[in-house]
Amino acid sequence: MPIVLKCHRGLGPAVTGTALVAQDNFSARYDLDRLKGTFSRPAHKLCGQSYVGRILVLQTAKGGVASAWMLREMAARGLAPKAIVFDRTNTILAQGAAFAEMAMVDRFEAGDPTTLIRTGDEVRIEPDAGLVTILNRD
Amino acid sequence: MRLTDDEKAILAGEAGPARQWAIRHQMAVGQFFDAPDFVPVGQAHIMADTESLGEAGVAWLEELAALRAPERRVRVPTITDPRGLDPGSYKRLRQTDAMAAIEARAIAAFEALGVLMTNTCINYQTVLPPVRGEHLAMGDTGVVIYSNSVQGARSNFEGGPSALAAGLTGRTPRYGYHLDGHRVGTRHFQVRQRPRDLADWGALGGIVGKATNSYWEVPVVGGVEGWVEGPPNSDELKHFGAALASFGSVAMFHMPGVTPEAPTPADAFAGRPAPQAVSIGAGDFEAFYAGYAAAGDKVDVVVFAAPQLSLIEMQQLAGLIDGRHIHPETSLVVTTSPEIKFAADRMGLTARIETAGGIVAAGVCFYQSYAREMAEANGWQRLLTNSAKLVNIIAGYGYKPTLASMERCIDSAVAGKIV
Repeated sequence: MPIVLKCHRGLGPAVTGTALVAQDNFSARYDLDRLKGTFSRPAHKLCGQSYVGRILVLQTAKGGVASAWMLREMAARGLAPKAIVFDRTNTILAQGAAFAEMAMVDRFEAGDPTTLIRTGDEVRIEPDAGLVTILNRD
Repeated sequence: MRLTDDEKAILAGEAGPARQWAIRHQMAVGQFFDAPDFVPVGQAHIMADTESLGEAGVAWLEELAALRAPERRVRVPTITDPRGLDPGSYKRLRQTDAMAAIEARAIAAFEALGVLMTNTCINYQTVLPPVRGEHLAMGDTGVVIYSNSVQGARSNFEGGPSALAAGLTGRTPRYGYHLDGHRVGTRHFQVRQRPRDLADWGALGGIVGKATNSYWEVPVVGGVEGWVEGPPNSDELKHFGAALASFGSVAMFHMPGVTPEAPTPADAFAGRPAPQAVSIGAGDFEAFYAGYAAAGDKVDVVVFAAPQLSLIEMQQLAGLIDGRHIHPETSLVVTTSPEIKFAADRMGLTARIETAGGIVAAGVCFYQSYAREMAEANGWQRLLTNSAKLVNIIAGYGYKPTLASMERCIDSAVAGKIV
């Protein structure tokens, strides 16, 4: 039986992909090299890693209002994550995901998703149902 | 979400595709945050500098701008945050004609939508100050925290697309700081030392922000009442709030005896028991400054921005710089709103600052205007400012920032090194 995690109703389409997890936060403006599709802030735990096509699992959204434009712009250039899973997001990243039509979920019943999902897990996100399924583990 | 007949009609496309996109976007966000319905807003304020928009964002705006006028015009007064470039000073700052060209496209699109190009993050001082209880869709963290806390208005952080959506529909989903339940104090701080100047007020915002560190927490800052110098003024609260929002992602604070929803500490916590207060004293301020200290270093650029300067700050700055000359290897950049720039021109303040070697830029706020490209083009690295918000964010663009009072910033600009 795959592991099923309940969360709050999310945003965007249902997607399946490979997780990239860190106990760290996310700012589209300050943490990323958006031209290369990698984390670039030296202090970030995922520095140097590509987020393109991955399901990012992080703790909270940081940074300024500008991030609301950026997810869509990243998606338009084909250099965006497939989905973002937060423990708790802020308004700006939620608005940015809505604008980009990107999958985003947060507020898990079982606690912080960065402790529940591991890098490399195959994960199914169903935002409308508020469900995240870890497909490769029992 | 419960919808009115008007909202159902917008959703059905009867008010055109722009408003239909807008309400769909707002419903997605509203459902995510459990908004029961929409609330009408008095103003919307859009953060949409071209560095953030990119080509994709500008092209998207141009699609909206190509619609028929009745389908594309905003329904409530909609104004803009600082832009990516000031046509009057961009060449002196070594920004490029390509940046100016994409900026011109974005402005043309916004004007076609009926947006007023105020280009300011101090609209609460200079355009139409928010009123207690007024619902708003404000798109700059410093504007939101000031409107909520100092003026008692109600807004979430609204990113550019959401603020534009609010302008198009005249409403926003009722969640977060639109609701009484989110406006109650949750954290408690006690200030033991009155901040001496604007940099200190920003430092205080940074200290409280680092300790609070959540959009969903509301810090209550006590100890501000009863000072012989009187309560903080608008510029002091501007720097405090901007830094608090920047360091902590915080959207609202209470200052008992100063802010309107907290005449007393008991009001700030809505009658609930106050948490144990965290004391903030001289040592906390010293540690905050020490985190950015660089005495003796050559200073490449001294910046007064984030937030834009009020007319009073422009006068203070001109008074400190009169009869002096900025060091030839140091640049001094001052940003303000177009309206304050006009007033400063008229009153001779701009001339006094520029005679000394400074650059006064209008409608920009430095960090939103291709800061990385400016650093590379001008050879800037060590940056000195009296804005705690700026020292927090500008390191991400390759600068080494230091925080100091306006007086020390000017003395350092003249000396060419941090004094």
